[in-house]
Amino acid sequence: MTLPPEPGEGAVAPARELGQALVSAEGLAAGYGGRPVLTGVSFSLQAGERAAVLGPNGGGKTTLFRCILGEIEALAGTLEAPERCGVVPQTERSRLDFPVSALDVALMGTVAALPWWRRPGRGERARARDALATVGLAEVADTSFGELSGGQRQRVLVARALVQDARLVLLDEPFTGLDSTSAERLEALLATLAREGRAILVATHDVEQARRWELVLCLNRRQVAFGVPAEILTLPTLERTYGGAIVELPEGGGRGVLPPHHHHPKR
Amino acid sequence: MSGVWHALADPWTQSIMRHAFAEVVLLGVTGGALGCWIVFYNLSYSAESLAHSLLPGLVVAALLGLPLLIGGAAGVLLAAIAVAVAGRAPEIGRDTAVAVVVTALFGLGVLLALSPTAPPGLQGLLFGDVLGASDTDLVLAAALAVVVLIMLRLLHARLLVVGFDRLNARALGVSALGVDVGLLTLLAVALLVAVQGLGNLLVVAVLIAPAAAARVVARRMGSLMALSSTIAIAAGVGGLYLSYYAKTAAGASIAGILVATYVVLVGLHAATTGARSAPDGRAYSRPSSASRRSSKRRSASSWTRVSARR
Repeated sequence: MTLPPEPGEGAVAPARELGQALVSAEGLAAGYGGRPVLTGVSFSLQAGERAAVLGPNGGGKTTLFRCILGEIEALAGTLEAPERCGVVPQTERSRLDFPVSALDVALMGTVAALPWWRRPGRGERARARDALATVGLAEVADTSFGELSGGQRQRVLVARALVQDARLVLLDEPFTGLDSTSAERLEALLATLAREGRAILVATHDVEQARRWELVLCLNRRQVAFGVPAEILTLPTLERTYGGAIVELPEGGGRGVLPPHHHHPKR
Repeated sequence: MSGVWHALADPWTQSIMRHAFAEVVLLGVTGGALGCWIVFYNLSYSAESLAHSLLPGLVVAALLGLPLLIGGAAGVLLAAIAVAVAGRAPEIGRDTAVAVVVTALFGLGVLLALSPTAPPGLQGLLFGDVLGASDTDLVLAAALAVVVLIMLRLLHARLLVVGFDRLNARALGVSALGVDVGLLTLLAVALLVAVQGLGNLLVVAVLIAPAAAARVVARRMGSLMALSSTIAIAAGVGGLYLSYYAKTAAGASIAGILVATYVVLVGLHAATTGARSAPDGRAYSRPSSASRRSSKRRSASSWTRVSARR
């Protein structure tokens, strides 16, 4: 268990080469009914970069994603994002009862490119099967989505984003509920997607994982920090991000956050 | 053997029964296929409300000697406006607003249809008259079947996208609103046509029961729709036999067989899969907002783990 390195200590952050941003925000504020729940967001992401979006629940991660997807308007500032992004929602919220196979779900990524009266045809099916093969699920293509494991479902939804050929992919807490093998597979997959020249935004609670990626965006109703992990992931920044004290969990459980509203922690 | 054959063939020697046969086959195909989407879009209650709110329009049209289609269409329009207005009243809530409007309209329709001065035959609007299917009814039902099946085939991919992942439909390039409007329009048109054959009270049975029964068994939307239509047709024909030999009301016999099919399939499924049927239990309701909240709460446990894995 290593403490977060202080600034200037540990690995030196590689300098970011400035290129064409796939998504960029400047002074962005977003919210519902004209009331901002997230303010002061300024960041940019280029092809090949993975960014972890850290923050407590209610900190604005989902609001930022909805704004990038165009579901809610920016209340202030500017946001430039592709018209259509790949989106990998939380699998625990997807419908497990829906009568579709993994292939059917991957095929949903082809619909945007078709006129409304067209159904996906043979070419689209081939692309969907390719995408399932890329995420390592070729052999369960014809299995019902609801019968797959949590990690497999997550990868099917990644395949759907691949079929869309989205340059920017948003993942909402994709590692929640995955066992370590599934989590490693998914992380390797994200690395592959980045190498292919996609930009990837991942809402996550796992700071150690964020450390392995190119960028970190910390949100707590406003932007707390944005930059390379070595500079951002310090104890003070994390405390400001989670609005509480970072504490050592008992029995080597790693480090946890004690939220300020929590008055009577069980020991 | 020839006795069995005779018993099977006998009903169809009458032209009334042949008409009824064609009517239940056409409406069965339509209702069975469309019903799958109604069930998976959680629109069963809307379907029933819509059917009931048609009644006063139908009755008034029948009293004035206008085509029933026009009366029904006006009834749906009136109900839609009334629901929209009632839904705006504070502290009522959508479900309650729908229930109030629909009950009021349905009651009004019943009042008109069953009043002593009403001409005979208006009860048919409530309970349907499969055995009275005219040539016009059959042409309408055939046209309905063609339109609904073509539209469902064209919209199939988009219906899947919105039904499976409504929140992200936009990112996938599909307008959830457009798909909803399309599906509700098909539903309204189907109800308008089917209500004349099956009656106000039983039309919903043909839309909901076959799909609900088929989803116990089928695992893909395509096979679900095929099975649902098959169940609807089989129950329709079975109901006609029952009505012919047991002298029961045709519409009620069809609805009874549909519900019995559902109960038998659910029972068989539960018996054969045992413990595995548990996950299916949740299949009948969209995760409630309460359970979604609780899952959010779970991940937001008081100890938010920041560096858990390694």
